[in-house]
Amino acid sequence: MYEAVIFWVCAVGAVVTGVAVFRVDSMARATFALLASFVFAAIPLLLLGLSYLGVLVILMMIMEMVVMAVFMIMLMMNPAGLMPMTMVHNQRGSLVIAVGTFVVLATGVLLVDWPQRQGEPPADPTFALGEALMGSHMLVMLVVGLGLFATIVSAVVLAHPRGRYDRFGDDLSRRPADDPIRGVGR
Amino acid sequence: MNQVQQGPLWTVLLVPVLLGALALAGAAFARVLDARADGRRITGAVLAAPLAESGRLLVQQRRAVVASDRLLARIGVVLVPVAAVLAALVVPLGDTTASDLSVGIVWFNAMEIVMWAALWMAGWGTNSVWGLVGGYRFAVQGLSYELPHMFALITVATGAASLNVSDAVAAQDGLWFVVWMPVAFVAFLLSALALSFAGPFDTATGRDIAGGVLAEFSGVDRLLLLAGRWLLLAAAAAMSVPLFLGGGAGPLLPPWLWTLVKTVAVLGVLVWIRSRSATVRMDRFAEFGWIVLIPLTLLQALLVALVVVSRGPAMGGM
Repeated sequence: MYEAVIFWVCAVGAVVTGVAVFRVDSMARATFALLASFVFAAIPLLLLGLSYLGVLVILMMIMEMVVMAVFMIMLMMNPAGLMPMTMVHNQRGSLVIAVGTFVVLATGVLLVDWPQRQGEPPADPTFALGEALMGSHMLVMLVVGLGLFATIVSAVVLAHPRGRYDRFGDDLSRRPADDPIRGVGR
Repeated sequence: MNQVQQGPLWTVLLVPVLLGALALAGAAFARVLDARADGRRITGAVLAAPLAESGRLLVQQRRAVVASDRLLARIGVVLVPVAAVLAALVVPLGDTTASDLSVGIVWFNAMEIVMWAALWMAGWGTNSVWGLVGGYRFAVQGLSYELPHMFALITVATGAASLNVSDAVAAQDGLWFVVWMPVAFVAFLLSALALSFAGPFDTATGRDIAGGVLAEFSGVDRLLLLAGRWLLLAAAAAMSVPLFLGGGAGPLLPPWLWTLVKTVAVLGVLVWIRSRSATVRMDRFAEFGWIVLIPLTLLQALLVALVVVSRGPAMGGM
Protein backbone atom coordinates (compact mmCIF):
# COMPACT_ATOMS: atom_id res chain seq x y z
CA MET A 1 0.00 0.00 0.00
CA TYR A 2 2.56 2.59 1.12
CA GLU A 3 4.74 1.54 -1.80
CA ALA A 4 1.96 2.46 -4.21
CA VAL A 5 1.56 5.84 -2.50
CA ILE A 6 5.28 6.56 -2.72
CA PHE A 7 5.37 5.45 -6.34
CA TRP A 8 2.50 7.72 -7.36
CA VAL A 9 3.84 10.68 -5.42
CA CYS A 10 7.20 10.21 -7.17
CA ALA A 11 5.59 9.67 -10.58
CA VAL A 12 3.49 12.82 -10.34
CA GLY A 13 6.39 14.72 -8.79
CA ALA A 14 8.75 13.68 -11.59
CA VAL A 15 6.30 14.83 -14.27
CA VAL A 16 5.44 18.10 -12.52
CA THR A 17 9.08 19.06 -11.92
CA GLY A 18 9.89 17.91 -15.45
CA VAL A 19 7.29 20.30 -16.84
CA ALA A 20 8.57 23.00 -14.49
CA VAL A 21 11.98 22.81 -16.21
CA PHE A 22 10.38 24.40 -19.28
CA ARG A 23 8.03 26.75 -17.45
CA VAL A 24 10.38 28.56 -15.08
CA ASP A 25 12.23 31.64 -16.28
CA SER A 26 15.54 31.14 -14.53
CA MET A 27 18.44 28.91 -15.43
CA ALA A 28 19.03 28.01 -11.80
CA ARG A 29 15.44 27.02 -11.19
CA ALA A 30 15.34 24.98 -14.38
CA THR A 31 18.49 23.13 -13.30
CA PHE A 32 17.14 22.25 -9.89
CA ALA A 33 13.68 21.38 -11.22
CA LEU A 34 15.44 18.90 -13.49
CA LEU A 35 17.41 17.60 -10.52
CA ALA A 36 14.19 17.15 -8.52
CA SER A 37 12.71 15.26 -11.46
CA PHE A 38 15.71 12.90 -11.53
CA VAL A 39 15.52 12.33 -7.78
CA PHE A 40 11.81 11.53 -8.05
CA ALA A 41 12.70 9.02 -10.76
CA ALA A 42 15.42 7.48 -8.56
CA ILE A 43 13.17 6.76 -5.57
CA PRO A 44 11.16 4.01 -7.37
CA LEU A 45 14.50 2.21 -7.80
CA LEU A 46 14.67 2.04 -4.00
CA LEU A 47 11.15 0.60 -4.00
CA LEU A 48 12.38 -2.17 -6.31
CA GLY A 49 14.97 -3.11 -3.71
CA LEU A 50 17.79 -1.71 -5.85
CA SER A 51 19.05 0.38 -2.95
CA TYR A 52 22.59 0.74 -4.27
CA LEU A 53 21.45 1.96 -7.67
CA GLY A 54 18.81 4.25 -6.19
CA VAL A 55 21.15 6.00 -3.77
CA LEU A 56 23.87 6.14 -6.43
CA VAL A 57 21.52 7.78 -8.95
CA ILE A 58 20.62 10.43 -6.35
CA LEU A 59 24.30 10.99 -5.54
CA MET A 60 25.46 11.22 -9.15
CA MET A 61 22.53 13.37 -10.26
CA ILE A 62 23.09 15.97 -7.55
CA MET A 63 26.80 16.12 -8.32
CA GLU A 64 26.21 16.21 -12.05
CA MET A 65 23.53 18.89 -11.91
CA VAL A 66 25.62 21.16 -9.68
CA VAL A 67 28.57 20.87 -12.04
CA MET A 68 26.20 21.37 -14.97
CA ALA A 69 24.66 24.45 -13.33
CA VAL A 70 28.12 25.95 -13.12
CA PHE A 71 28.79 25.40 -16.83
CA MET A 72 25.29 26.16 -18.11
CA ILE A 73 25.12 29.47 -16.36
CA MET A 74 28.67 30.27 -17.36
CA LEU A 75 27.99 29.60 -21.05
CA MET A 76 24.43 30.91 -21.42
CA MET A 77 23.97 33.91 -23.65
CA ASN A 78 22.39 35.98 -20.92
CA PRO A 79 24.83 37.55 -18.47
CA ALA A 80 25.62 35.00 -15.73
CA GLY A 81 22.18 33.48 -16.24
CA LEU A 82 20.73 36.22 -14.06
CA MET A 83 18.34 37.52 -16.72
CA PRO A 84 14.97 35.83 -17.21
CA MET A 85 15.24 33.16 -19.88
CA THR A 86 13.34 30.28 -21.37
CA MET A 87 14.42 26.68 -21.85
CA VAL A 88 12.21 26.28 -24.92
CA HIS A 89 13.67 26.73 -28.40
CA ASN A 90 12.02 25.72 -31.66
CA GLN A 91 8.76 25.62 -29.76
CA ARG A 92 6.58 23.93 -32.36
CA GLY A 93 9.12 21.28 -33.33
CA SER A 94 9.96 20.37 -29.77
CA LEU A 95 6.27 20.13 -28.88
CA VAL A 96 5.66 17.75 -31.77
CA ILE A 97 8.67 15.60 -30.84
CA ALA A 98 7.75 15.53 -27.14
CA VAL A 99 4.09 14.69 -27.66
CA GLY A 100 4.97 12.15 -30.37
CA THR A 101 7.50 10.37 -28.15
CA PHE A 102 5.05 10.35 -25.26
CA VAL A 103 2.26 8.90 -27.40
CA VAL A 104 4.54 6.18 -28.85
CA LEU A 105 5.85 5.16 -25.43
CA ALA A 106 2.42 5.29 -23.78
CA THR A 107 0.81 3.15 -26.49
CA GLY A 108 3.76 0.79 -26.17
CA VAL A 109 3.17 0.47 -22.44
CA LEU A 110 -0.51 -0.26 -23.00
CA LEU A 111 -0.19 -2.56 -26.00
CA VAL A 112 2.85 -4.68 -25.16
CA ASP A 113 2.06 -8.14 -23.85
CA TRP A 114 3.92 -7.94 -20.53
CA PRO A 115 5.35 -11.26 -19.35
CA GLN A 116 4.11 -12.87 -16.16
CA ARG A 117 6.53 -13.06 -13.24
CA GLN A 118 8.28 -16.41 -13.11
CA GLY A 119 10.05 -17.37 -9.90
CA GLU A 120 10.93 -15.18 -6.96
CA PRO A 121 12.90 -11.92 -6.88
CA PRO A 122 16.58 -12.61 -6.09
CA ALA A 123 17.97 -11.97 -2.63
CA ASP A 124 20.21 -9.17 -3.89
CA PRO A 125 18.54 -7.52 -6.91
CA THR A 126 21.45 -5.12 -7.49
CA PHE A 127 23.89 -8.02 -7.78
CA ALA A 128 21.51 -9.92 -10.08
CA LEU A 129 21.01 -6.86 -12.28
CA GLY A 130 24.76 -6.31 -12.48
CA GLU A 131 25.29 -9.92 -13.55
CA ALA A 132 22.50 -9.70 -16.10
CA LEU A 133 23.92 -6.49 -17.58
CA MET A 134 27.62 -7.27 -17.40
CA GLY A 135 28.00 -10.98 -16.75
CA SER A 136 30.77 -12.33 -18.90
CA HIS A 137 31.40 -8.92 -20.47
CA MET A 138 33.03 -7.49 -17.36
CA LEU A 139 36.51 -7.49 -18.88
CA VAL A 140 35.24 -5.81 -22.05
CA MET A 141 33.44 -3.17 -19.99
CA LEU A 142 36.55 -2.47 -17.93
CA VAL A 143 38.70 -2.10 -21.03
CA VAL A 144 36.11 0.18 -22.66
CA GLY A 145 36.02 2.30 -19.50
CA LEU A 146 39.80 2.57 -19.49
CA GLY A 147 39.76 3.47 -23.19
CA LEU A 148 37.18 6.20 -22.63
CA PHE A 149 39.21 7.63 -19.77
CA ALA A 150 42.40 7.59 -21.86
CA THR A 151 40.49 9.38 -24.63
CA ILE A 152 39.38 12.12 -22.24
CA VAL A 153 42.91 12.62 -20.93
CA SER A 154 44.46 12.72 -24.41
CA ALA A 155 41.76 15.11 -25.65
CA VAL A 156 42.56 17.49 -22.78
CA VAL A 157 46.29 17.15 -23.42
CA LEU A 158 45.84 17.83 -27.15
CA ALA A 159 43.53 20.78 -26.52
CA HIS A 160 45.84 22.37 -23.98
CA PRO A 161 47.55 25.38 -25.50
CA ARG A 162 50.75 25.04 -23.46
CA GLY A 163 52.93 21.97 -23.47
CA ARG A 164 56.10 21.03 -21.63
CA TYR A 165 58.30 22.76 -24.24
CA ASP A 166 56.53 26.04 -23.48
CA ARG A 167 57.17 25.50 -19.80
CA PHE A 168 60.69 24.06 -19.71
CA GLY A 169 62.19 25.45 -22.94
CA ASP A 170 63.28 23.64 -26.12
CA ASP A 171 65.67 21.28 -24.38
CA LEU A 172 63.41 20.87 -21.34
CA SER A 173 66.12 22.27 -19.08
CA ARG A 174 64.64 25.60 -17.96
CA ARG A 175 64.11 25.72 -14.18
CA PRO A 176 61.88 27.07 -12.75
CA ALA A 177 59.31 26.55 -15.47
CA ASP A 178 57.96 29.57 -17.34
CA ASP A 179 54.39 29.64 -16.02
CA PRO A 180 51.87 32.45 -16.40
CA ILE A 181 50.45 31.65 -12.96
CA ARG A 182 51.34 29.40 -10.08
CA GLY A 183 49.28 26.35 -9.35
CA VAL A 184 46.90 24.55 -11.65
CA GLY A 185 46.15 25.91 -15.10
CA ARG A 186 49.77 26.66 -15.96
CA MET B 1 32.49 -7.49 20.12
CA ASN B 2 28.77 -7.59 19.40
CA GLN B 3 27.46 -7.10 15.89
CA VAL B 4 25.79 -3.71 15.35
CA GLN B 5 22.00 -4.03 15.47
CA GLN B 6 19.24 -1.98 13.94
CA GLY B 7 17.72 0.02 16.81
CA PRO B 8 14.01 0.59 17.44
CA LEU B 9 12.29 3.36 15.51
CA TRP B 10 12.60 5.97 18.25
CA THR B 11 16.39 5.93 17.93
CA VAL B 12 15.89 7.99 14.77
CA LEU B 13 14.70 10.83 17.00
CA LEU B 14 17.85 10.50 19.08
CA VAL B 15 20.08 11.21 16.06
CA PRO B 16 19.33 14.95 15.71
CA VAL B 17 19.53 15.41 19.50
CA LEU B 18 22.93 13.75 19.84
CA LEU B 19 24.24 15.35 16.67
CA GLY B 20 23.04 18.75 17.87
CA ALA B 21 24.79 18.28 21.20
CA LEU B 22 28.01 17.30 19.44
CA ALA B 23 27.74 20.26 17.06
CA LEU B 24 27.17 22.62 19.97
CA ALA B 25 30.16 21.17 21.80
CA GLY B 26 32.28 21.61 18.68
CA ALA B 27 31.18 25.22 18.25
CA ALA B 28 31.87 25.94 21.92
CA PHE B 29 35.35 24.40 21.63
CA ALA B 30 36.01 26.62 18.61
CA ARG B 31 35.06 29.66 20.71
CA VAL B 32 37.44 28.53 23.44
CA LEU B 33 40.27 28.18 20.93
CA ASP B 34 39.48 31.62 19.51
CA ALA B 35 39.44 33.13 23.00
CA ARG B 36 42.79 31.56 23.82
CA ALA B 37 44.29 32.79 20.58
CA ASP B 38 43.08 36.31 21.42
CA GLY B 39 44.45 36.04 24.97
CA ARG B 40 40.98 36.37 26.48
CA ARG B 41 39.97 34.54 29.65
CA ILE B 42 37.81 31.49 29.12
CA THR B 43 34.57 32.18 30.95
CA GLY B 44 31.10 30.74 30.95
CA ALA B 45 30.13 33.41 28.46
CA VAL B 46 32.68 32.08 25.97
CA LEU B 47 31.37 28.52 26.36
CA ALA B 48 27.76 29.63 26.02
CA ALA B 49 28.49 31.88 23.06
CA PRO B 50 27.14 29.47 20.39
CA LEU B 51 23.85 29.14 22.30
CA ALA B 52 23.62 32.89 22.85
CA GLU B 53 24.34 33.51 19.17
CA SER B 54 21.63 31.00 18.21
CA GLY B 55 19.13 32.81 20.44
CA ARG B 56 20.10 36.15 18.97
CA LEU B 57 19.69 34.86 15.40
CA LEU B 58 16.31 33.33 16.27
CA VAL B 59 14.83 36.70 17.13
CA GLN B 60 16.73 38.67 14.51
CA GLN B 61 14.81 40.02 11.56
CA ARG B 62 15.21 38.21 8.26
CA ARG B 63 16.21 40.41 5.40
CA ALA B 64 16.26 39.80 1.69
CA VAL B 65 17.85 41.56 -1.25
CA VAL B 66 15.59 42.90 -3.98
CA ALA B 67 14.69 40.28 -6.61
CA SER B 68 16.29 37.46 -4.68
CA ASP B 69 15.21 33.93 -5.57
CA ARG B 70 13.64 33.17 -2.23
CA LEU B 71 12.43 29.71 -3.16
CA LEU B 72 15.89 28.42 -4.07
CA ALA B 73 17.53 30.23 -1.17
CA ARG B 74 15.08 28.79 1.35
CA ILE B 75 15.41 25.25 -0.04
CA GLY B 76 19.18 25.53 0.08
CA VAL B 77 19.23 26.90 3.63
CA VAL B 78 16.90 24.21 4.95
CA LEU B 79 18.73 21.42 3.11
CA VAL B 80 22.04 22.15 4.87
CA PRO B 81 21.05 20.95 8.39
CA VAL B 82 18.59 18.38 7.02
CA ALA B 83 21.28 16.72 4.91
CA ALA B 84 23.64 16.63 7.90
CA VAL B 85 21.07 14.87 10.08
CA LEU B 86 20.12 12.45 7.28
CA ALA B 87 23.79 11.61 6.79
CA ALA B 88 24.14 10.84 10.50
CA LEU B 89 21.23 8.36 10.39
CA VAL B 90 23.52 5.52 9.33
CA VAL B 91 26.16 6.17 12.02
CA PRO B 92 25.97 3.47 14.72
CA LEU B 93 26.23 4.42 18.38
CA GLY B 94 27.91 1.48 20.03
CA ASP B 95 25.90 -1.62 19.13
CA THR B 96 22.83 0.27 17.92
CA THR B 97 22.21 2.15 14.71
CA ALA B 98 19.17 4.21 13.81
CA SER B 99 19.17 2.90 10.25
CA ASP B 100 21.12 -0.19 9.21
CA LEU B 101 20.96 0.57 5.48
CA SER B 102 22.60 -2.05 3.28
CA VAL B 103 24.33 0.77 1.39
CA GLY B 104 24.98 3.06 4.37
CA ILE B 105 28.36 4.26 3.10
CA VAL B 106 26.90 5.39 -0.24
CA TRP B 107 23.97 6.98 1.57
CA PHE B 108 26.33 9.00 3.75
CA ASN B 109 28.20 10.19 0.69
CA ALA B 110 24.97 11.10 -1.14
CA MET B 111 23.77 13.21 1.78
CA GLU B 112 27.13 15.00 1.90
CA ILE B 113 26.78 15.82 -1.77
CA VAL B 114 23.39 17.41 -1.07
CA MET B 115 25.55 20.06 0.61
CA TRP B 116 26.92 21.12 -2.80
CA ALA B 117 23.48 21.76 -4.22
CA ALA B 118 22.28 23.37 -0.98
CA LEU B 119 25.13 25.85 -0.67
CA TRP B 120 25.03 26.73 -4.34
CA MET B 121 21.29 27.37 -4.17
CA ALA B 122 21.69 29.44 -1.00
CA GLY B 123 24.47 31.49 -2.55
CA TRP B 124 22.65 32.00 -5.82
CA GLY B 125 19.26 32.67 -4.28
CA THR B 126 20.28 35.80 -2.39
CA ASN B 127 20.88 37.70 -5.62
CA SER B 128 24.12 39.02 -4.18
CA VAL B 129 27.46 38.88 -5.91
CA TRP B 130 29.17 37.72 -2.70
CA GLY B 131 26.74 34.89 -2.19
CA LEU B 132 27.06 33.87 -5.83
CA VAL B 133 30.87 33.86 -5.70
CA GLY B 134 30.75 31.89 -2.43
CA GLY B 135 28.38 29.29 -3.87
CA TYR B 136 30.56 28.86 -6.95
CA ARG B 137 33.68 28.57 -4.82
CA PHE B 138 32.09 25.79 -2.78
CA ALA B 139 31.08 23.83 -5.88
CA VAL B 140 34.46 24.31 -7.56
CA GLN B 141 36.43 23.39 -4.47
CA GLY B 142 34.36 20.24 -4.27
CA LEU B 143 35.98 18.98 -7.46
CA SER B 144 39.32 18.89 -5.64
CA TYR B 145 38.37 16.76 -2.65
CA GLU B 146 35.37 14.74 -3.77
CA LEU B 147 37.31 12.06 -5.66
CA PRO B 148 39.80 11.46 -2.80
CA HIS B 149 36.81 11.42 -0.44
CA MET B 150 35.06 8.78 -2.54
CA PHE B 151 38.24 6.73 -2.86
CA ALA B 152 38.58 6.83 0.93
CA LEU B 153 35.03 5.51 1.32
CA ILE B 154 35.65 2.88 -1.38
CA THR B 155 38.79 1.78 0.45
CA VAL B 156 36.76 1.16 3.60
CA ALA B 157 34.07 -0.66 1.62
CA THR B 158 36.75 -2.82 -0.03
CA GLY B 159 38.30 -3.67 3.32
CA ALA B 160 34.90 -4.59 4.73
CA ALA B 161 33.74 -6.26 1.47
CA SER B 162 30.44 -4.44 2.04
CA LEU B 163 28.80 -1.02 1.76
CA ASN B 164 27.05 -1.57 5.07
CA VAL B 165 28.38 0.44 8.02
CA SER B 166 27.81 -2.37 10.53
CA ASP B 167 29.82 -4.73 8.32
CA ALA B 168 32.61 -2.14 8.26
CA VAL B 169 32.59 -2.11 12.07
CA ALA B 170 32.56 -5.92 12.21
CA ALA B 171 35.46 -6.14 9.76
CA GLN B 172 37.62 -4.09 12.15
CA ASP B 173 37.41 -6.68 14.89
CA GLY B 174 41.03 -6.95 15.95
CA LEU B 175 42.60 -4.38 13.63
CA TRP B 176 41.15 -0.92 13.09
CA PHE B 177 41.05 0.34 9.53
CA VAL B 178 42.94 3.49 10.53
CA VAL B 179 46.03 1.31 11.07
CA TRP B 180 46.25 0.00 7.53
CA MET B 181 44.28 2.79 5.77
CA PRO B 182 45.87 5.92 7.24
CA VAL B 183 45.82 7.80 3.92
CA ALA B 184 42.11 7.16 3.47
CA PHE B 185 41.52 8.36 7.04
CA VAL B 186 43.37 11.63 6.47
CA ALA B 187 41.63 12.19 3.13
CA PHE B 188 38.29 11.57 4.82
CA LEU B 189 39.01 14.11 7.56
CA LEU B 190 40.26 16.73 5.08
CA SER B 191 37.14 16.41 2.96
CA ALA B 192 34.99 16.48 6.10
CA LEU B 193 36.42 19.91 6.85
CA ALA B 194 35.93 21.00 3.25
CA LEU B 195 32.36 19.73 3.03
CA SER B 196 31.35 21.73 6.09
CA PHE B 197 33.20 24.73 4.62
CA ALA B 198 35.34 25.00 7.73
CA GLY B 199 38.88 26.36 7.65
CA PRO B 200 41.31 25.85 5.94
CA PHE B 201 38.67 25.27 3.24
CA ASP B 202 36.36 28.16 4.16
CA THR B 203 36.73 30.15 0.94
CA ALA B 204 32.98 29.82 0.31
CA THR B 205 32.36 32.05 3.33
CA GLY B 206 35.68 33.90 3.13
CA ARG B 207 36.26 37.33 4.58
CA ASP B 208 37.60 38.47 1.19
CA ILE B 209 34.06 38.13 -0.20
CA ALA B 210 32.28 39.63 2.81
CA GLY B 211 31.15 36.26 4.16
CA GLY B 212 30.28 34.74 0.78
CA VAL B 213 27.28 32.45 1.05
CA LEU B 214 26.56 33.85 4.51
CA ALA B 215 26.78 37.48 3.40
CA GLU B 216 23.09 38.23 2.91
CA PHE B 217 21.58 35.79 5.36
CA SER B 218 20.30 36.90 8.73
CA GLY B 219 17.98 35.59 11.40
CA VAL B 220 16.75 32.02 11.15
CA ASP B 221 18.29 31.50 7.70
CA ARG B 222 21.75 32.32 8.99
CA LEU B 223 21.21 30.14 12.04
CA LEU B 224 20.27 27.17 9.84
CA LEU B 225 23.36 27.63 7.67
CA LEU B 226 25.74 27.98 10.63
CA ALA B 227 24.13 25.13 12.55
CA GLY B 228 24.13 22.95 9.44
CA ARG B 229 27.86 23.41 8.92
CA TRP B 230 28.55 22.34 12.52
CA LEU B 231 26.09 19.45 12.26
CA LEU B 232 27.82 18.15 9.16
CA LEU B 233 31.26 18.44 10.77
CA ALA B 234 29.92 16.50 13.78
CA ALA B 235 28.32 13.92 11.48
CA ALA B 236 31.58 13.40 9.60
CA ALA B 237 33.51 13.06 12.87
CA ALA B 238 30.94 10.53 14.08
CA MET B 239 31.11 8.62 10.79
CA SER B 240 34.91 8.37 10.94
CA VAL B 241 34.53 6.23 14.09
CA PRO B 242 32.67 3.25 12.53
CA LEU B 243 34.62 3.63 9.29
CA PHE B 244 38.16 3.83 10.63
CA LEU B 245 38.28 3.64 14.43
CA GLY B 246 36.56 0.34 15.12
CA GLY B 247 33.16 1.73 16.09
CA GLY B 248 32.33 0.96 19.71
CA ALA B 249 35.31 -1.34 20.23
CA GLY B 250 37.38 -0.69 23.34
CA PRO B 251 38.13 -2.06 26.81
CA LEU B 252 36.12 -1.49 30.02
CA LEU B 253 33.67 1.18 28.83
CA PRO B 254 30.39 0.21 27.11
CA PRO B 255 30.43 0.46 23.29
CA TRP B 256 28.17 3.51 23.07
CA LEU B 257 30.48 5.43 25.37
CA TRP B 258 33.53 4.42 23.33
CA THR B 259 31.79 5.67 20.19
CA LEU B 260 31.10 9.00 21.87
CA VAL B 261 34.64 9.30 23.26
CA LYS B 262 36.18 8.62 19.84
CA THR B 263 33.74 10.96 18.09
CA VAL B 264 34.50 13.78 20.52
CA ALA B 265 38.23 13.19 20.05
CA VAL B 266 37.99 13.32 16.23
CA LEU B 267 35.71 16.35 16.39
CA GLY B 268 38.17 18.05 18.74
CA VAL B 269 41.02 17.47 16.28
CA LEU B 270 38.90 18.75 13.37
CA VAL B 271 37.90 21.89 15.28
CA TRP B 272 41.50 22.45 16.31
CA ILE B 273 42.63 22.25 12.66
CA ARG B 274 39.75 24.51 11.65
CA SER B 275 40.71 27.18 14.16
CA ARG B 276 44.47 26.94 13.77
CA SER B 277 44.93 26.94 10.00
CA ALA B 278 44.94 29.70 7.44
CA THR B 279 42.56 29.55 4.50
CA VAL B 280 43.99 27.58 1.58
CA ARG B 281 43.55 29.15 -1.83
CA MET B 282 41.32 27.02 -4.04
CA ASP B 283 43.78 26.76 -6.94
CA ARG B 284 46.55 25.58 -4.58
CA PHE B 285 44.19 23.04 -3.09
CA ALA B 286 43.07 21.89 -6.54
CA GLU B 287 46.67 21.06 -7.40
CA PHE B 288 47.21 19.29 -4.08
CA GLY B 289 43.97 17.37 -4.49
CA TRP B 290 44.66 16.15 -8.01
CA ILE B 291 48.42 15.65 -7.90
CA VAL B 292 48.86 14.40 -4.34
CA LEU B 293 45.59 13.24 -2.80
CA ILE B 294 44.11 11.31 -5.73
CA PRO B 295 47.21 9.19 -6.47
CA LEU B 296 47.78 8.57 -2.76
CA THR B 297 44.20 7.50 -2.09
CA LEU B 298 44.25 5.35 -5.24
CA LEU B 299 47.43 3.63 -4.05
CA GLN B 300 45.80 3.13 -0.68
CA ALA B 301 42.77 1.56 -2.33
CA LEU B 302 45.05 -0.67 -4.43
CA LEU B 303 46.95 -1.80 -1.34
CA VAL B 304 43.76 -2.65 0.52
CA ALA B 305 42.35 -4.44 -2.54
CA LEU B 306 45.53 -6.55 -2.80
CA VAL B 307 45.32 -7.47 0.89
CA VAL B 308 41.66 -8.41 0.54
CA VAL B 309 42.31 -10.50 -2.58
CA SER B 310 45.27 -12.28 -1.00
CA ARG B 311 43.19 -13.12 2.05
CA GLY B 312 40.86 -15.04 -0.24
CA PRO B 313 37.09 -14.91 -0.67
CA ALA B 314 36.37 -16.02 2.90
CA MET B 315 35.45 -12.51 4.04
CA GLY B 316 31.75 -11.52 4.45
CA GLY B 317 29.96 -9.61 1.69
CA MET B 318 28.56 -11.60 -1.20
